[in-house]
Amino acid sequence: MRKKECVAMLLAGGQGSRLGLLTKDLAKPAVPFGGKYRIIDFALSNCHNSGIDTVGVLTQYKPLALNSYIGIGSAWDLDRNDGGVYVLPPYVREQGGEWYKGTADAIYQNINFIDSFDPEYVLVLSGDHIYKMDYSLMLDYHIEKNADATIAVIAVLWEEASRFGIMNTDEDKHIIEFAEKPKNPKSNLASMGIYIFNWAALREYLEADGSDAASSHDFGKDIIPKMLNEGRKMLAYPFSGYWKDVGTIDSFWEANMDLLTDPPQFDIYDASWRIYSVNPVRPPHYLSTSAKVRSSIVSEGCQIFGEVEHCVVFPGVYIGTGAKVTNSVIMPEATIEAGVIIDKAIVGGKAVIKQGSTICNKAGKSQEIAVVAEEMVVSPGTEAQLCGEEK
Amino acid sequence: MDAMGIINLYNSKESLAELTLHRPLAAVPFAGRYRLIDFPLSNMVNSGISSVGIMVHNKYRSLMDHLRSGKEWDLARKRDGLAILPPAYANHPEGKQLGDIENFHSNLDYISHSRNKYVVIAGASMVYNIDLTAVIKFHETNKADITAVYSSKEQLQDGAVRTLLRVDSSNRIIDMQVKSGTCPDNHLSMDLYIMERKLLVDLIENCAARGDYDFVKHCLIKNIGNLKMFGFKHQGYLAHISSTQSYFKHTMELLKPEIWEELFFTPNLIYTKVKDEPPAKYKAEAIVVNSLVANGCYIEGRVENSILFRGVRVEKGAYIKDCIIMQKGLIASGTTLQNVICDKDVQIQSGRSLKGEPSYPIIIKKGMVI
Repeated sequence: MRKKECVAMLLAGGQGSRLGLLTKDLAKPAVPFGGKYRIIDFALSNCHNSGIDTVGVLTQYKPLALNSYIGIGSAWDLDRNDGGVYVLPPYVREQGGEWYKGTADAIYQNINFIDSFDPEYVLVLSGDHIYKMDYSLMLDYHIEKNADATIAVIAVLWEEASRFGIMNTDEDKHIIEFAEKPKNPKSNLASMGIYIFNWAALREYLEADGSDAASSHDFGKDIIPKMLNEGRKMLAYPFSGYWKDVGTIDSFWEANMDLLTDPPQFDIYDASWRIYSVNPVRPPHYLSTSAKVRSSIVSEGCQIFGEVEHCVVFPGVYIGTGAKVTNSVIMPEATIEAGVIIDKAIVGGKAVIKQGSTICNKAGKSQEIAVVAEEMVVSPGTEAQLCGEEK
Repeated sequence: MDAMGIINLYNSKESLAELTLHRPLAAVPFAGRYRLIDFPLSNMVNSGISSVGIMVHNKYRSLMDHLRSGKEWDLARKRDGLAILPPAYANHPEGKQLGDIENFHSNLDYISHSRNKYVVIAGASMVYNIDLTAVIKFHETNKADITAVYSSKEQLQDGAVRTLLRVDSSNRIIDMQVKSGTCPDNHLSMDLYIMERKLLVDLIENCAARGDYDFVKHCLIKNIGNLKMFGFKHQGYLAHISSTQSYFKHTMELLKPEIWEELFFTPNLIYTKVKDEPPAKYKAEAIVVNSLVANGCYIEGRVENSILFRGVRVEKGAYIKDCIIMQKGLIASGTTLQNVICDKDVQIQSGRSLKGEPSYPIIIKKGMVI
């Protein structure tokens, strides 16, 4: 193994339980997003575009879909002779073996993996955020400032600040305090869950944390506060682009809709920062003479005979004549039969919405997003319970 | 399937005017995201062939760029996989080349070294989706020496040279002609032949030794009496791309959902080079009907009965009707296009109006700015 300057560790083991039906059978990073992608594509594409060619993906919760999607990493050009992508599940050892007990523990259990590349730096990423970021600039910043750890931060709305891990910094961006979901935030700089550590320093802290039975083995709760307490040089790296944690049905739906605004809040059409994904084998999509598609993104292999407005449509979707689909996310291979009305919904992959069904907000529940699970069949009469079933 | 594949690009007369100026027919973009070679290649792969030699002839840089390692067709393999077989004039630069037998002959080592029993030979001017295992079964049932696949579907009479054949009631081929007119049964050979690999080697060696040079005329037609040659009728869709007229007509046929479904899904999928384009974007002003749109398109204007390849941009106020716009085309605002084929990277600037005829579409060369 050649020495690597920086190895990325991508945390992808989370269940994402607040995504409800969407993560029933797959880990959150494997949830489809943006008309052809999966959530993990953004972090993996950022790695590729930032010149990071060694990525360990830490998996735990229902990993089949995620593992088979990542494969040998060729979609992100990470099928390399030296480095490349490694899927790292928890494993059994001579003395037992354990599940990953927290984000820090997941890295701790893979110290030997990181050591094999003898890196100077380790980049810790989370596999459930939608954003485009050049990690190489952050690494330059980390090196230039001679920091022990650098944490990417983004300014959030003050009223939402208490939902995030908040960094209080001095004017030189030194982190002086870290507060996890503070009631009265002193700053609006939220941690993005993207860390760069000097590997030698992080290794020490992980070893100590690993043998600390009282620890919850979490970066935000344990490692970062401890490093701060011990006076390590820790810097905030301000990031000012689009960044969204798609942890809930609402934020997942919103992030999809953010692709449709004019100009888009999140631009996937930027050829200089391409988002890579496993491409399905499908012909160009077909819009019939009766089709009406506006303010939407549509992927290959779809057949559209009805009306689509303000939607994100994944590959291989069929939308029949007279159907009217608005403000919705329609996942791969879903079938929406003739005359169906859908508004503000997330329709799972391979779901079938039978002719004459109506899926939309009932009066009084206008903010709720209907979720149709993968492979679910919805027919007239059975659709009412869907509206607002998942919060 | 115990067969190797050879895609013979010699017979593909580069007859699509500007579209084949700088590329072989096999590399002509088709159906919004494919190149013609994707069809024979995908058919072979889907039928279980894992070793395919592409017998190139000329102008093949763009073709090699398209195929690269063959990964998209699952042909980047340790053993077998994709091989580019150079033309005879590259192997033996001294002689003047008369036909494709020389290409076979100069690559005979490749064919002889295969471990497969059968060889499937295809051209690149025919677009179809077929299960070749059915053809092999037919071949074995009939104890044939050679099986030729043909279609009786009506094709455009554009004066192109075609291989026509006649079969008797037991499907035995009784006549085969290479000509531009018609013949009594009008069965069109799909340039798709199956035989034992050893027979191909014998035929090529015998023909080459006698100064013969044309595979169909000398290896096949001359042997109709000596060998058991059978015709397998392909019932599905077939498009013979032999002229800009037929290219235009067959592309427009894909706007029929039943043909779209048959060609791209039945019995199997068609593979092509991956481009990682985002999904197509329709802006609020977009009006698009009866069209095929590939990923990466960005549409603000009006599009009717057209095929848009990957990464085409149609600006506000542009109107496109009955057109084929290839990869990365830019149609600026206030433009009107009808019956136009824009090759790759064409820019039509504001306010231009171009109109061809259905039987004579205007072709705009690759990279032109109008």
